[in-house]
Amino acid sequence: MKHIKTLNTQTLCNTMKKGGCGECQTSCQSACKTSCTVGNQSCENNK
Amino acid sequence: MVHQYKSNGMNIVLDVNSGSVHVVDDLAYEVIPLYKEKTAEEIAEQLAGRYSREDVMDTLSDIADLEKEGKLFAEDIYRDYIFDFKSRKTVVKALCLHIAHDCNLACRYCFAEEGEYHGRRALMSFDVGRRALDFLIANSGSRRNLEVDFFGGEPLMNWQVVKELVEYGREQEKLHDKKFRFTLTTNGILLNDEIQEFVNREMSNVVLSLDGRKEVNDQMRPFRGGQGSYDAIVPKYQRLADSRNQMNYYVRGTFTRRNLDFGRDVMHMADLGFRQISIEPVVADESEDYALRMEDVPAIKEEYDRLAQEMVRRNREGNRFNFFHFMIDPTGGPCVAKRLSGCGSGTEYLAVTPWGDFYPCHQFVGNEEFLMGNVYEGITREDIRDQFKACNVYTKEKCRDCFAKFYCSGGCAANSYHFHGSINDAYDVGCELERKRVECAIMVKAAELMAEEDGPEAQPEKRTPEAQPEKKPLEAQAGKMAPEARAEG
Repeated sequence: MKHIKTLNTQTLCNTMKKGGCGECQTSCQSACKTSCTVGNQSCENNK
Repeated sequence: MVHQYKSNGMNIVLDVNSGSVHVVDDLAYEVIPLYKEKTAEEIAEQLAGRYSREDVMDTLSDIADLEKEGKLFAEDIYRDYIFDFKSRKTVVKALCLHIAHDCNLACRYCFAEEGEYHGRRALMSFDVGRRALDFLIANSGSRRNLEVDFFGGEPLMNWQVVKELVEYGREQEKLHDKKFRFTLTTNGILLNDEIQEFVNREMSNVVLSLDGRKEVNDQMRPFRGGQGSYDAIVPKYQRLADSRNQMNYYVRGTFTRRNLDFGRDVMHMADLGFRQISIEPVVADESEDYALRMEDVPAIKEEYDRLAQEMVRRNREGNRFNFFHFMIDPTGGPCVAKRLSGCGSGTEYLAVTPWGDFYPCHQFVGNEEFLMGNVYEGITREDIRDQFKACNVYTKEKCRDCFAKFYCSGGCAANSYHFHGSINDAYDVGCELERKRVECAIMVKAAELMAEEDGPEAQPEKRTPEAQPEKKPLEAQAGKMAPEARAEG
């Protein structure tokens, strides 16, 4: 595409099929403790 | 829902419901908001004189293709999915063990009030800790990875019990086919070689509290006698971070109204050699003179912009560091179930007091209204757990039209409660800052991905770790950002 560069190939919708295993880290156990930041956690199945 | 913004010279379009990130030219940036409102002819006519008809039609065709692929104007199809997901049986997978309600510092902003959490000084016994680990194993269902954070107060003030609990956990994980991931959050005062060796062997993450520049840190993080803590902790942190190969740790600070130029504190920590950095906005009652106010938000947003630009500059130079709140990866990241179910407080994550009481998280400790049970009887207030379980972005009015909802998952329940008296609301200053951080984080990643696509010849030579600039002595550090970064934004 000439005018638009898309940076990701996966969509959130695709993660509905296999997601939700719950093995990933709890956000407050990493480095926050006073705010909720979930989007920067990583998926345990992609490691 | 589409959110588009300009940042660091890029036009960025976030398709909220698919999570797709697009970097677009000026023409597409103008066409995308018109796409659903007008016909192709109307759009071509509106832009005539500035863009050729052919280019406009070409752009419209790109947009139509992306819409078809579900990467632009995607529908929100998750509502039923997440209610169904959250109605599953609750399992507990993480505990925050308040191993010591006591502290050897007197940080002015501490929500634990110098470690005591509105109560008495206390240390957790091995028996209480052991019962907490037993509770976690028994209530974790089929989850294998279990997290335990040794928290406080200052957990190193009860170090012997920490060691005994790790040993106990290692025995139990074999018996129950579980894997404990232990973490430690410390102010560093009592760190020594023996503790460092143990931490490196047993802890999957360690959070080292430091606010940044010496004067900033020492103002907010003094000893009880008033003297600053910076000089006592920084050399220990540097040794510890290096001994972990600059991975699986964070130096973590808090910024307040007194250092709205907190980007300089991040840079100071990067210049000290730290590669994993987190600095968070203080959450404090508005009556405190250091509390952030809504009027501070524009300045904080500008500071996040400057920080993001400086990160892009350093990344290009091969002088990379991670900033916790800018770590969004649009090419991966958590699944939508995780994004919509939030931090897990009160359900899969619980805090345990030194005497064994359960609270939804460390920030609720001491508020008896949220006392959920204890290590002897288990969860006795399932109604509290159910309130937290029901809480998600679809139950919060403020989240409905927010582009950041898949990144913050509805925000911090404790912050919401402290400012509005309800866990189903949202802390407004926090929301403003979260939105800005999401924008910056996506920009930083977009800049990186675009540079990769441009090829190695377009990038400056990357330095090997050995070739990175030698760490400066502490006194000589100015912690300043590059002038060009500060002039923009």
